[in-house]
Amino acid sequence: MKAPLLSLRGLSKRFGRVAAVCDVTLDIAGNEFFALLGASGSGKTTLLRMLAGFEMPDAGQILLDGQDIASLAPNRRPVNLMFQSYALFPHMSVRTNIAYGLEMERRPRAEIAERVAEMLAVIQLDGLADGRPDQLSGGQRQRVALARALIKRPRVLLLDELLGALDKKLRTAMQLELKRLQHEVGITFIVVTHDQDEALVMADRIAIMKEGRLLQCGTPHEVYEHPVDRFAADFIGVMNFIEAGRGRSLAIRPERIRLFPETADTITEGRVIARAYHGLDLQLHVQTALSPRPLRVRVTSDAADRRPVAEGDSVTLGWNLADTRMFTDQEETP
Amino acid sequence: MDRHANTPLMWGILAAVVAFLYVPISVLMALSFNDSGLPTVWRGISLRWYGALWHNADILSAAGNTLIVALISTAIATVLGTLLALGVEQRRRRGRALEALIFAPMIIPDIVLAIALLSFFSLTGVTMGLHTIIMAHVVFNLAFVCAVVRARLKSFDWSIVEASSDLGASGFTTLRRVVLPVLMPAVISGALLAFTLSVDEFIIAFFTAGAGRASTTLPMQIFAMIRFGVTPEINALAALVMAVSLIALTLAQRLNRGGVTAP
Repeated sequence: MKAPLLSLRGLSKRFGRVAAVCDVTLDIAGNEFFALLGASGSGKTTLLRMLAGFEMPDAGQILLDGQDIASLAPNRRPVNLMFQSYALFPHMSVRTNIAYGLEMERRPRAEIAERVAEMLAVIQLDGLADGRPDQLSGGQRQRVALARALIKRPRVLLLDELLGALDKKLRTAMQLELKRLQHEVGITFIVVTHDQDEALVMADRIAIMKEGRLLQCGTPHEVYEHPVDRFAADFIGVMNFIEAGRGRSLAIRPERIRLFPETADTITEGRVIARAYHGLDLQLHVQTALSPRPLRVRVTSDAADRRPVAEGDSVTLGWNLADTRMFTDQEETP
Repeated sequence: MDRHANTPLMWGILAAVVAFLYVPISVLMALSFNDSGLPTVWRGISLRWYGALWHNADILSAAGNTLIVALISTAIATVLGTLLALGVEQRRRRGRALEALIFAPMIIPDIVLAIALLSFFSLTGVTMGLHTIIMAHVVFNLAFVCAVVRARLKSFDWSIVEASSDLGASGFTTLRRVVLPVLMPAVISGALLAFTLSVDEFIIAFFTAGAGRASTTLPMQIFAMIRFGVTPEINALAALVMAVSLIALTLAQRLNRGGVTAP
């Protein structure tokens, strides 16, 4: 593997008695789309703020191309952050907002004008360049915030709660746009999100954080198919847990459970207690004798059409052991 | 509640209160245009008393002094008060004691502040004059400017400060290009309030002006003149002072309402 662009070494940060980030070591390659995933309070935002320079780590190093930038002020780092609230300057036009970072670099006026025009074209807001941020919609504001950070051509672009505030349709459009930008501009993205769907769709790699520690780091496929523990399994996607005795649970994804299987390692009977149609697939809640909670089952519309089921129907479920995982139950820490 | 608002009784009470507040001022203003030299005899409308003001050297010099005191003390208090507000709001954890210290000059009775400042100046052996009045006015003006700016800072989106720094701006550049422009309506509003307070402040100026007529301010001049009875000239002067205060206050309120607000 080539040398990482960004390398975190034993990064720790405490706020009073709370360890917000605890001994995080992580390598991020150039041009990677990296997602930090975790519940609120998991330390992901603190980690991001340390990368941007707004929090000083208590211990550890942040190496960018081998240089420790941990003690550099935010305005001296080749790293930019897109804020969750966008943090647009309310008294400046869209154009001035975008130009701000280049003005700070004391670029020639002509170059600033040219690059701002270019950026306005990329985010398709040419027509609104002279408007104020409060005249824009949420999606437009986000594009301005993105442009304002991108125009500096940072080595690393940090995005806080990327698309949290947007409605679903706009979100999907922005996700695709960001992926396109990543390839066009060649920037490393680090995204903080609590939205696991977003992380799975967008990221080249995902790091799951819990209580300030790095729980697991890998490709979306790895963390989805091979979660390291029960927490990770539960956090990413939907997972069914079936008690297996001696403090252990068997875990299986809804899409791995088959309806009316011809052959399967495990076969069980159940009753459909809820049924939801999602277009591409059908989601069922099936009460079985195996667990107190109903099993969540996901079948393709195709399969559902072949043998329709209704609420209250008795069904046969089956799965292969190769599709299951065994986890030791943990004490749930609040 | 709403159905009481339209009864004749409520309108009557409102009218009485408004009359109580504004009839004396209206009478004063009306009399300032009275052609007659006697306060109780109406002889028609005239601007002669306003004209007379222009030829009264004492009043002109006092007005000049008041303007100097108000402008300089407002300028100093605006700069310091804004910076103080920013400092306090940025480091909220300093606690209640600091809050009380900052607000104290607004609440302490003027007479107490006046005596304290007088004692302080004579104790330190400072020659008193316009400069001591200016210093004294900075004391309470600072508190008012700080209060107005802090009120605005309660709804200030601090992430724009971080954004500015993230985009490469130094602390000073951020202050100049982001913080101050966003706060400007509140800063100007605080300055206008300070100016108004300073223009008609009497007690503190009276105590800290020192001996001699050189540093007499307008309110002190009016007080001196009134000892020989209310003349129409004083009515005209008072009407002018009120007009200036009213304009400044209206501007201040306008600015505070129509300012740039963060989303």
